[in-house]
Amino acid sequence: MTGRPATSLAAIRRWSARINVADLLMWIVGGAILIFIVAGSIATLRLGIYSFRQWVDFIVFGLAQGGVYALIALGYTMVYGTLRMINFAHGEVFMSGAYTAYFLAFTLAQNGWIERYPVISLAMIFAVSMGTSALVAVLVERIAYRPLRNAPRLVALITAIGASFFLQYAFRGLYGSGFKAYPRMSFLEGSWSLGDFRILHLQVVVIVAAALMMAVLYLFIQKTKTGKAIRAVSEDKAAAALMGISVDRMIVITFVIGGLAAGFAGVLFALMFKQVHFFMGFIPGIKAFTAAVLGGIGNIPGAMIGGAFLGIFESLGPILFLDGFGIKAPYQLKDAIAFAMLVLVLIFRPTGVLGERLVQKKA
Amino acid sequence: MTTVTTLRARFGAATGNPFSGGAWRIPVRYGAVAGVTAVFVSLIGMVEAFSRREVIETAVSMDQVLLLVITGTAGYLAASRFAARGIGKSVIAATLSGVIATLFLLALLVLGDRINLRQVLLNASPSLYLELTFGKGLGTGAGLLALQIIAGAVGSGLIALLPPAPRRALLIGLTVVAGMGILHDLMSLTFQNWGPLSVLDTWLYSSTGLKVRGASALFLIFGGWSLLWAMKGPQIRERSKTLPLARSAARPVALLAALVLLAALPQILGLFLSEVLVLVGLAALMALGLNIVVGMAGLLDLGYVAFFAIGAYTMAILTSSELAFFGFNFWAALPLAILAGVVTGVLLGVPVLRMRGDYLAIVTLGFGEIVRLLVLSDALRPWLGGAQGIGRIPRPEIGSFEFVSSQQVYYLVLGGCVFAAFISWRLKGSRLGRAWLAIREDEDVAAAMGINRVYFKLLAFAAGAAFAAMSGAIAASRLGIIYPHSFSLLISINVLAIVIIGGMGNIPGVVIGAFALVGLPEILREFGDFRWLVYGAALVGMMLLRPAGLWPEAIRKRELTARPAGVPETPSTSPSAGDTS
Amino acid sequence: MRRFSFLGLLIMVLAVLAVACGGGASTTAFTPPSDPIGVIKIGPKDPIRIASALVISGADANLGTDSQRGVELAIADRKAIKGHSIQLQAEDDGCSSEGGQAAGTKLAANPQIVGVVGTSCSSAARAAAPLITKAGKVMVSPSNTAPSLTAPDRSADFAGYLRTAHNDKVQGAVAAKFAREQLKVSKVATIHDGSPYAEQLQAVFAAEFKKLGGQITAQEAVAPTDTDMRPVLTKIAAGKPDLIYYPIFVAAGGHVTTQARKTSGLEQVKLMSADGTFAVDFLKAASDAAVGVYHSSPDFSAFAGGYADFKAKHKAKYGEDPVSAFHAHAYDAAMIMFKAIEKVGVEGPDKSLYIPQKALRDALFATKDHQGLTGKINCDKNGDCADPKIAVYQNSADNVKQAKVPDTPIWKPY
Repeated sequence: MTGRPATSLAAIRRWSARINVADLLMWIVGGAILIFIVAGSIATLRLGIYSFRQWVDFIVFGLAQGGVYALIALGYTMVYGTLRMINFAHGEVFMSGAYTAYFLAFTLAQNGWIERYPVISLAMIFAVSMGTSALVAVLVERIAYRPLRNAPRLVALITAIGASFFLQYAFRGLYGSGFKAYPRMSFLEGSWSLGDFRILHLQVVVIVAAALMMAVLYLFIQKTKTGKAIRAVSEDKAAAALMGISVDRMIVITFVIGGLAAGFAGVLFALMFKQVHFFMGFIPGIKAFTAAVLGGIGNIPGAMIGGAFLGIFESLGPILFLDGFGIKAPYQLKDAIAFAMLVLVLIFRPTGVLGERLVQKKA
Repeated sequence: MTTVTTLRARFGAATGNPFSGGAWRIPVRYGAVAGVTAVFVSLIGMVEAFSRREVIETAVSMDQVLLLVITGTAGYLAASRFAARGIGKSVIAATLSGVIATLFLLALLVLGDRINLRQVLLNASPSLYLELTFGKGLGTGAGLLALQIIAGAVGSGLIALLPPAPRRALLIGLTVVAGMGILHDLMSLTFQNWGPLSVLDTWLYSSTGLKVRGASALFLIFGGWSLLWAMKGPQIRERSKTLPLARSAARPVALLAALVLLAALPQILGLFLSEVLVLVGLAALMALGLNIVVGMAGLLDLGYVAFFAIGAYTMAILTSSELAFFGFNFWAALPLAILAGVVTGVLLGVPVLRMRGDYLAIVTLGFGEIVRLLVLSDALRPWLGGAQGIGRIPRPEIGSFEFVSSQQVYYLVLGGCVFAAFISWRLKGSRLGRAWLAIREDEDVAAAMGINRVYFKLLAFAAGAAFAAMSGAIAASRLGIIYPHSFSLLISINVLAIVIIGGMGNIPGVVIGAFALVGLPEILREFGDFRWLVYGAALVGMMLLRPAGLWPEAIRKRELTARPAGVPETPSTSPSAGDTS
Repeated sequence: MRRFSFLGLLIMVLAVLAVACGGGASTTAFTPPSDPIGVIKIGPKDPIRIASALVISGADANLGTDSQRGVELAIADRKAIKGHSIQLQAEDDGCSSEGGQAAGTKLAANPQIVGVVGTSCSSAARAAAPLITKAGKVMVSPSNTAPSLTAPDRSADFAGYLRTAHNDKVQGAVAAKFAREQLKVSKVATIHDGSPYAEQLQAVFAAEFKKLGGQITAQEAVAPTDTDMRPVLTKIAAGKPDLIYYPIFVAAGGHVTTQARKTSGLEQVKLMSADGTFAVDFLKAASDAAVGVYHSSPDFSAFAGGYADFKAKHKAKYGEDPVSAFHAHAYDAAMIMFKAIEKVGVEGPDKSLYIPQKALRDALFATKDHQGLTGKINCDKNGDCADPKIAVYQNSADNVKQAKVPDTPIWKPY
């Protein structure tokens, strides 16, 4: 009889000892965000302004935008997976390809090639963009990252930021500060309808391209010999070097692939949104970084999933969570929602949706 | 056989003792890098923009200095690499690098003459070609250009071969002349503040640049001083050590002198440089705060601007007569602004307690953006002003003295910085500081040693946020009006760069970092968009040259110089791997 | 201020002494002008120094670069004032209040700077104008449009501030009137991009439109860097507006235009933007979707014949067409400043030039019927100098095909 309260007290104490204050606090914050989201969603749905079709539209828009984020995030995550460094200049690598290829696209549009030989023209544009981006990526690696490979990670972060500024203003100096617009490619315009739903050709192209690129990168990393070597370098540089893997070469290859991916994404971005500008890489770069983290940084399928999630949060979130509360101009807050959702996901899954276990140790 | 030669070439290049046939590739490479750089600065419009500015009136323009510095560096490095092989070969190496660099520029000129590069490259304009060829066209002009560049390279090569003392003197003299010429406007304005000494301005400068007499005087004075110091300096230093009074009296005297200098600085420097000091001070204040979070506790925060914004907006809401909510004065609102920063610091700290490294970075970045978006939003406009910001924030005042001009605000910012530096310094040596250090070095081990991570991490966020909020509050009342656009991600990035460039964890280092990354760009304001280009290049360059920062903490320095066990030097594929450090 | 008047006095005394000592050599004694604020003396061979404070870095660099080129071309055209060449010191206003503060302080600290063309952004002007005014200088902005800057009750701190750009109040009202009375629409949604400019303009528009009996179905906002506008457009579609008014800039404006009519429920909606998108870049960015879009904008048909000439010179010098909308306003801002300097400047016997600052300010405010590129420039006592002829344009298919903004407005309120 006397033992029971004591044991239950001990149980409570044991139980409370297992619960970390940190966890508790985090759960409170997470719970508060969740309650806000649920309440907002219910309020919005009860308003009943938007039809089912519009809700589907929001999701499709989100997926298409997410495809763009994923395209950029793949290059990001590729470099991160190998070097464990935030390549802040990746957005500028993306910009450099799309911006340079603009001049080719413009010339091709003027002499009518785009209409006559659309496939060749497009291939040329992709080639120029991917080539430029890869070149820029390799140069940045050689000049700004390689000498600091053994320095603390923050040092490389700062050189990455420096490289990002430098590239922005270098391209501004070279090509000017105006907005340039990619020519129209009629064969990419238009939309498919599926009953009431409509999706633009380009949106499909972007989603398919992102998925394809993810598959190619994934297979490359998992199945090829080079991929294996890159993975070895990412696990342990010293051991990889002892196994006869040229660490420098593998890292250069990583940057080349990251650059090619960025150049590829750049042209698709430019075809979809038309405009190129020296500052165009900065925000998508940040968004792609967010997407990569959301999915679990360093993880290739994670970048894809992170991109899709981010796109959907941005497209659906403001209206679903905020409109019900009667908040003015909810789309102004879409990035705030995206980041709040990021916090929410990371509270419950601290290494992202598909986060790898290694991260705790290495990050 | 071939392997032996390549190995030798690599060895030679890496150690700086080129005794093999492949060594001639070095000046060629230097020349090529210089040539590409020269073409690059021409094509981004720097040469043309700089051609309008004269360093020495009618004689030397800024674009010439720019090109000479680029190609001269190549010549200098090439020659110093060959110094061991004798003067003759060194001069040939320097010449070679100059010739190679020239070839690139000539290629640009010929190409520009044949095709219209301007379709793509906006700055490949006729006026650029005219500038490069001294207005003489491709034939004679190109010859003159080649002559100038090669002469520059050879000259720099010769400088490299001088004995250390005169070489130093020459370089210092030249740097001072170039610097004073480039900073003409700033220096002339500063001299004009100096009462009777303001004749310096007219004596040194004409309306366009340095006068020839000014340039030669500066060169002689500074070069001569350096030479003199090289000869007598060690003796003087030695003797000053043995002076009986020096040791005991020097410290208080130096401190007093420093205080007087700090107090008199705005009057000495004049209005604009005081403004620069205010900006540096506000940035240093933020950086001191971030230094606690990143430098001491090792928590990477990319959204630090949030606390700056919260300080500024709290100040604005409490004091602005436009909103007319509270009508506090500056001194009543300041503690509340800091408190608001502390509270949000803890609030941000909670969800990120478990996150590490890059996950922490992106979440804090998100937090910074969330704060900016909230103050910008239409939804909160009635309370936070929305896109139109908040205006009519009263200036700080003591009695009837109002802090309006930057010469007055300076004292306020100085006070804040001294306060923050003092607190940081005390924190660092305390139990708290050591706990942070332990968390920074290894979180898990720290926890195992019984350090309460939750408590100390939250404390780090709170302390860091307090300084940023203070900086924000001062900035808001100084400007009198704030806009959401002022609180962008770029500020977080810039402050982080200050902390790391300055020397993470080290208080004086952080202040130096603020001078380097906020002061210099402000001083170079007139170079417009090029300053961001240079800023980016400088971030990379400074980190390459001093990865531990300009003034690193002793512990960090040891970490960096001692290679971590088990990590071999990465084998390099190119022979120049040793060049960079 | 005291220092400046003292300086003026000093110069005067010295000059008088010099003349007195010179003895009867010259019979006409020269007295430099005196001025309550101060007099800037420009040495015999020295240039007249003016400054610009425009946004030439960052995401808005277009706007400032465009204006700066306008100023540079004005200097190239004007060449000299009374034998003194003109030198430009270009500063960056960063399109922010702290950027304006830093640039303003630097210019205020330099006694040789006669006047400033700037700022690009109203937020920068709020900080910079009081500093420039306190230093006794004048400042003419080519692109600030915030009404408060030239409001009749503006503080004395703005006494040296003028602008050649039109006030948002004018443009917002014209757009509302056009939408309500010409297009006869009754339901309108607005979009702004969080910039003080667009937010203000849509607010003025909404207020005027409601006054005319219309209904505002939504006032939405996006970020200038957004690319996918479909979600926000879908939300707008729920209110079934007849017209969307989005006075934003090329990047976001282009995306809204291309995506609006492809959004379910907005197939028939009319689109109206403002001067921020009235640019060739916009036509290229939005391509076919730009056909039929209305723009409220300064009446370019009233632009003087010199404009074609200006554009030719621009192309020759910078290798491209103007990159934003306020180059002509900047050109005019510089030109009225030169004219005022010429009017008040007094030449000394040694060919030095004296510029009395209060007189310069008064002369600028008194600018009347100056034939500028943007029309007839008349400054009022609050500093509004623009020819407030705001008209409405509509892009035709030909405009888009030739990448050329329409020449003649379809509607003028005057």
